[in-house]
Amino acid sequence: MITRVDVEHIGWLASIKIEDDEKDQLVEQFNSILEYFHQLDEVDTEGVEPTYRVVELSNIFREDVACPSLSQEEALRNAPRRENGYFKSPRIV
Amino acid sequence: MLMELKEQLLSGSAEEYLSKLFLKIERSSLNGFTSLARESALQQAREFDKNPGKGRLAGVPIAIKECISTKGIETNCSSNILRGYIPPYDAHVIQQLKAEGAIIMGKTNMDEFAMGSSTETSCFGPTRNPWDHDRVPGGSSGGSAAVVAGGEAPCALGSDTGGSVRCPASFCGIVGLKPTYGLVSRFGLIAYANSLEQIGPLTRTVEDTALLMEVIAGHDERDTTSAEGKKSYLPIKEGVGGLKIGIPREYFGEGVSKEVERAVWDAINTLEGLGATWKEVSLPHTKNALAAYYVIAMSEASSNLARFDGLRYGLRPGEDKDWHTTFSDIRAKGFGPETKRRILLGTYALSAGYYGRYYLKALKVRTLIKEDFLRAFKDVDLLAGPTMPIPAFRIGERINDPLSLYLADVFTVPINLAGVPAISVPCGFAGHLPVGLQLIGRHFDEATILQAAHTFEKATPFHERMPEVV
Repeated sequence: MITRVDVEHIGWLASIKIEDDEKDQLVEQFNSILEYFHQLDEVDTEGVEPTYRVVELSNIFREDVACPSLSQEEALRNAPRRENGYFKSPRIV
Repeated sequence: MLMELKEQLLSGSAEEYLSKLFLKIERSSLNGFTSLARESALQQAREFDKNPGKGRLAGVPIAIKECISTKGIETNCSSNILRGYIPPYDAHVIQQLKAEGAIIMGKTNMDEFAMGSSTETSCFGPTRNPWDHDRVPGGSSGGSAAVVAGGEAPCALGSDTGGSVRCPASFCGIVGLKPTYGLVSRFGLIAYANSLEQIGPLTRTVEDTALLMEVIAGHDERDTTSAEGKKSYLPIKEGVGGLKIGIPREYFGEGVSKEVERAVWDAINTLEGLGATWKEVSLPHTKNALAAYYVIAMSEASSNLARFDGLRYGLRPGEDKDWHTTFSDIRAKGFGPETKRRILLGTYALSAGYYGRYYLKALKVRTLIKEDFLRAFKDVDLLAGPTMPIPAFRIGERINDPLSLYLADVFTVPINLAGVPAISVPCGFAGHLPVGLQLIGRHFDEATILQAAHTFEKATPFHERMPEVV
């Protein structure tokens, strides 16, 4: 069972702030959805390999050659905050 | 449709045709378009009128779902977190469309980040179903389907992660194709669940879908899951004589509306009358597909949507605080409730101690689902069943009960898990609401389902009916 404390922890892991008044509803919805997921426990998957990709492709390589890319100006155009040609991030420490 | 439109544009005026569409859109109450590229589109139409060129879609306007990147045209996945984002490049499919002379008309509404089956989770509010304005158009490509069904665009592109092209095609009475995984490049498609999704056409006829596939399918080295080779889809082979159709037992019965079931069986009988044979088959893991799909889709979403942090693009309100607080606040304000729910549940499913129980288990069940299809295709050439178990439901009816909304995807998600192609084609009505027939093919065998869908369409009047209320 998911609890309010679990919801807070998941919110921290996902970097989504969860307000106090949202928590009870999330607890209820998560438990009902997870209960539905638990039907998977009953499927016999002994010896079954997982499918990560449906099309069998592996190790796609290309030549390491430089090709045209976005200019600095284009790359920064959508950034809400920038400084001296860089993305401006919040303080880390 | 598009073939006739091309002739009409050549003998008439693309500018006039497009202006009429824009006028219709302005007066429309469908809320299908989120933005219009009026000036660039009209400019392109004027150029076409002077010199039509040889492109296969020359002068043809097309509507594009909000999650497909269009250079210089806002692309926001119908989410507040991406409002104002203007892509500096075109998606591969947009480059292909432009190279063939198509005119990008504007962007269409969708469930936020393609997470939904009703287009109600959009930050722009719900799109209305042209057949009944109190009902949803389906989702998540609901805007694209509604504008095509409502006569506001001759064709559109959507994307299909768990039914997002086929569901709205079915609810709006038009044609929608989810191609084989790897057939259409995902370069420039803003990812929700990347191992499941494909871009696909929404059109009035099967032939139009084939024409769009000719343009958008093909290898692209910028998508590492892109398949090699290029196929032709036109002309579509006519007739179904000798085709063996499998009817999955699990796609009928409990949970399927009687009217939907009747329309689909009528369609199967029509195909039989046209020379096909059918037999019952079993896809025994169908009952586990929804749970496996939602675990995988939510897990991939939690990873794919981690990039939305207000640093390089998107919402960044207020003063910056420390790193984690700033991002957590932005994401709390920018994402809607369903997107948050899926990111949070996906984060949980991937977190320490739960990975094996949820994510890995779902991937193993995915293998079993894929094997169900491969086994069935040893005996039959294609599968047929309903696209959706019900006709379009009322706006507001399911949105507060996420699980009930998820359950409507029961026949569309197995197809994405297996990576096979499927088309939804109009096959009748439940009262005043359209019903879609789903035809499912082998990997990379779009030709057979296009052939069956096209033959069915030629023999039936359903695609000719247009909604009266527009």
